[in-house]
Amino acid sequence: MALPLGVVAAIYLTEYAKQGKIVRAIRVGVNSLAGVPSVVFGLFGLGFFVVFMNFGSYILAGALTLGILILPTIIGASEEALKGVPQTFREASLALGVSKWLTIWKIVLPSALPGILTGSILGISRAAGETAPIMFTAATFFTAKLPQPIFDEVMALPYHVYVLATSGTHIEETRPLQFGTVLVLVALVLGVDLIAIVIRSYMGRKKRW
Amino acid sequence: MENAPSDTEIIKTKNIDFYYGTFKALTDITMTFEKNKVTALIGPSGCGKSTLLRLLNRMNDLIDGARVEGEVLFEGMNIYDPEVDPVEIRRRIGMVFQKPNPFPKSIFNNITYGPRLTSTANKSALEALAEQSLKQAVLWEEAKDILGRSAMILSGGQQQRLCIARALAMKPDVLLMDEPTSALDPISTAKIEELIDELKKTYTIIIVTHNMQQAARISDKTGFFYIGKLIEYNATEKIFTNPDVKQTEDYITGRFG
Repeated sequence: MALPLGVVAAIYLTEYAKQGKIVRAIRVGVNSLAGVPSVVFGLFGLGFFVVFMNFGSYILAGALTLGILILPTIIGASEEALKGVPQTFREASLALGVSKWLTIWKIVLPSALPGILTGSILGISRAAGETAPIMFTAATFFTAKLPQPIFDEVMALPYHVYVLATSGTHIEETRPLQFGTVLVLVALVLGVDLIAIVIRSYMGRKKRW
Repeated sequence: MENAPSDTEIIKTKNIDFYYGTFKALTDITMTFEKNKVTALIGPSGCGKSTLLRLLNRMNDLIDGARVEGEVLFEGMNIYDPEVDPVEIRRRIGMVFQKPNPFPKSIFNNITYGPRLTSTANKSALEALAEQSLKQAVLWEEAKDILGRSAMILSGGQQQRLCIARALAMKPDVLLMDEPTSALDPISTAKIEELIDELKKTYTIIIVTHNMQQAARISDKTGFFYIGKLIEYNATEKIFTNPDVKQTEDYITGRFG
């Protein structure tokens, strides 16, 4: 969900906006957002989605919070990827009498796609490992059933580990469970990152300029 | 209509001043480009000849801080009129750049890229158009068996002819060429020059070149620019044998520039 929004924001920043003070200010803002501790996003999610928008501590609120968390990462990666597209491509397309929007859609975006995807997937894998944002907005320590879409509590791997390791009465006995959960989480993150690497190397091979 | 063009002129600039920010790159350029002729723009680096060329199809719009004063009349219509769509202008006035810049797509998709996005041509029409454009650009024999392969495998000279074919596929009236051979070897250059000679039957060509021999070989009229001013604009033969202005003579004989 953060992906289209982030890409649109990046397109605006690099392709449309007049490069001036305002754009620079937005960029600084985006970059500092990327550096904000995730717990702050968690509290924001709690305050905004759970309480203010009245979504409750369910999947939707958690997902939106994680989306906002990785938005700066995606904007940053997309911007870099868009800037990496040679200006000559844009000129060539525009000189043929193709509109700016179609030029971006048909030439610039496809060329920037590997970079955008890689950055975004890395962002997603970061979101997968975050505990703080979802602990306030969606996660519960344990449910016996699979969650219903959108409005339900959900178990999340990182939060599960956190609770197992700190809050139980039998911490020692649950050790194997903790390790198991961590293994699944690490494998998941690694898998997502691997996908990013594969996409980049596969798509990177096709383009040479 | 007061600006009605005569039969032979296609583009006319009227008192053009052009600024990059506060830097004035062109001063009071008034010149007429004739239909089905090759017009060469020559002059030392930074004299504004490329700027003028890019101004004729509004490619300078893309540069932040660029500003134009004066009029560019294309078939009697001022292309800098606020109501004119630059996209439409660029369809009718094509451009070939200094460095070959094919898209990282197949040869076929490179040529049909423009028509596909701007018209409703079907597949067979596109194929016919691709063949016609490639033949016009004298690339058909070399490319007909590899249309589906990436344009990046072509040599520099072939890529440049592909770019010309790509521009021709839009069926423009005018073709602007910005030093189209400066990145190419002599053989490719000769091929492109032959091509230009052939193309002027159908198109009006305006070419910027650093190479004075090239201007002398291929153009009908030549404009000499120096520091943002049009110094002399005359028939090519006259410019190269008996120019009116001393500065032109000095440049052509290599005394400066």
